[in-house]
Amino acid sequence: MTTTVIPPDSPPSPPPPPATEAKSATRPGDKIFRGLSRGSGILLLVVMASIAAFLTFRAVIAISGNEGNFLTTFEWNPAGKPPVFGIAVLLYGTVISSIIAMVIAVPIAVGIALFISHYAPRKLAAPLAYVVDLLAAVPSIIYGIWGALFLVPYLDGLNSWLDTYFGWTVIFAKTEIGAARNLFTVGILLAIMILPIITSVSREVFLQVPKMNEEAALALGATRWEVIRMSVLPFGRSGVISASMLGLGRALGETMAVATVLSPSFLLSGHLLDAGGGTFAQNIAAKFDEANEYGRDALIASGLVLFILTLLVNGAARLIIARRKEYSGANA
Amino acid sequence: MKLPRKNRLRASALGALAVSGALLLTACGSDNNTGTTGGGGGNNTSAKNVKCDGAKGKLLAAGSSAQKNAMDLWVKNYMAACGGVEINYKSSSSGEGITSFTQGVVGFAGSDSALKPEEVADSKKVCTSGQGVNLPMVGGPIAIGYNLPEVKDLVVDAPTLAKIFDDKIKKWNDPALKKLNPSAALPDKAIQTVHRSGDSGTTQNLGKYLGKAAPNDWKYEAEKAWPAKGGQGANGSAGVAAQVKQVEGSIGYFELSYATSQSIPTAKLNTGAAAPVAANSENASKAIAAAKIKGTGKDLALGLDYATKAEGAYPIVLVTYEIVCDAGNKPETLGNVKSFLGYTASDEGQKILSENGYAPIPAEINTKVREVIAGLK
Repeated sequence: MTTTVIPPDSPPSPPPPPATEAKSATRPGDKIFRGLSRGSGILLLVVMASIAAFLTFRAVIAISGNEGNFLTTFEWNPAGKPPVFGIAVLLYGTVISSIIAMVIAVPIAVGIALFISHYAPRKLAAPLAYVVDLLAAVPSIIYGIWGALFLVPYLDGLNSWLDTYFGWTVIFAKTEIGAARNLFTVGILLAIMILPIITSVSREVFLQVPKMNEEAALALGATRWEVIRMSVLPFGRSGVISASMLGLGRALGETMAVATVLSPSFLLSGHLLDAGGGTFAQNIAAKFDEANEYGRDALIASGLVLFILTLLVNGAARLIIARRKEYSGANA
Repeated sequence: MKLPRKNRLRASALGALAVSGALLLTACGSDNNTGTTGGGGGNNTSAKNVKCDGAKGKLLAAGSSAQKNAMDLWVKNYMAACGGVEINYKSSSSGEGITSFTQGVVGFAGSDSALKPEEVADSKKVCTSGQGVNLPMVGGPIAIGYNLPEVKDLVVDAPTLAKIFDDKIKKWNDPALKKLNPSAALPDKAIQTVHRSGDSGTTQNLGKYLGKAAPNDWKYEAEKAWPAKGGQGANGSAGVAAQVKQVEGSIGYFELSYATSQSIPTAKLNTGAAAPVAANSENASKAIAAAKIKGTGKDLALGLDYATKAEGAYPIVLVTYEIVCDAGNKPETLGNVKSFLGYTASDEGQKILSENGYAPIPAEINTKVREVIAGLK
């Protein structure tokens, strides 16, 4: 893209030499476009900063009036006298359900992506990729209704099976009766929801692996699996990580699907199969309608924590990718 | 140069296709909508005796979602009768309606509970020469829905209900339930209670009933958030109804219309009257008739008698008030408010309620409501 053909075109600032018609025609466009793209960049920062400022402002009002400990209280009653609320249960529920989702979704998504990019016959690969992308187009409330009406009753069996054989792990011990409207089910649902985004980004990365690397591995006598292990996976690692982080971002912030499926409670329980718990977004969706002014401030304060959590997760992902970049020799 | 133009042509053709497709789709959508609302509304689509005098322009209102279905029908009928008026009822929550009202944004607000003293004080800023008053307009039974295929007519009373929702009675064949249902084949099955996960006026009104009718077994404050431990929460009345419909052995509470629309059986209440009372529109009206007006002057806030033993009175009810200024309404909305609320309180307006799972306000109270509406300034 270096301009070598017409030198006077490339430096934008020098005093205008006798301008030809072509030059004067391109300049305003350049300026406008540069202004527009710079403006868009600045606009994004302004939007982010104003969201953060708004959240912080309202959160300060809420937290200064809170009679409980914002971080450790297991209760949400901002309308009470005195107001008491805390995010411990929400933070726990958000993190746990997202972890379950990642544990399930990432290996499956990488598997699907590898199948599409390296194993599937061409005739199958394109439709399969299309179907996976289609999963991303389903609105989350539909996932929620499907989860509540279909997934929950069918997971009862899996839950009792886990309880019977893995109950000794404590986390899979089911201590209450009732429908499987718990964090584990939410995790499974979230896994399905974040599958398409992780799959499609990973697939794109795997397709970008230099053919030479793969052919070199083949020339050394590697099998298909060894090719994938030696050239595709190392090359795609940073891409898979950033894809996972995109998925994690969606899982952390998912609202309607969780609100429809989960039976929330403000008890912190290690038993993943017992109904209860909550997530930030779910709690905001459930409480916002009937909350008074102060109650909304409290919900916004919890939203600020989710905002920070998401920033931290994304920051950590950037760090990992930055560190891996030099080894993989790719910037995916 | 040729190729791009070709592409552009193709793109615009595609765009045109998409637009016309979208138009087609929306056309279909609106057709369907009018079809279903017309069908659901039944024979009340035409309003004959609406008095439109003095009404013109726009009327904004906001508040309780409990009366949303009734409001939608009222607004539709009223606007069909009075062409020049546009009414917009934003159904969100009682609290939001009252806030909009005290800020002077809306002509009237809908609320599931009467104005609190501090809210009345706030309203004086908007109602320059008067104050906000509560006009009971929509009644509604809160049904206790259950899912037990073996039992057709479940009977409960307030203490039993309180113990069930407080997780004290855990099995369907508990002695307390057996005593109330001597002939029913109650199974040895765990009870799964379902409550609202968000804050709601429905929860608050059930709490008021349990607290008044079974004070020894329900010691929680009647708040919008579900106070007891145990049981499962679900999102909205629709969510609670869906859970009860799905899970065998479950019991929950929701507005009657959710029970009828999904054919969920509802429990009868043993109130101390001669026979257990079913949750229906007529019986709810009887319970509201037992209420005393506790508001003073033009304020018609009701004190419901939850422990009523009147024959056929179903006491778990929710009353939605329309909140207006008794004097000092804005001149541009006064005519609209009087005319529209005059219609909703009329016999024709109240008839819509019983046809849609709500309960009309009993005649004695309704007469006073009409008087206040006629005298609004």
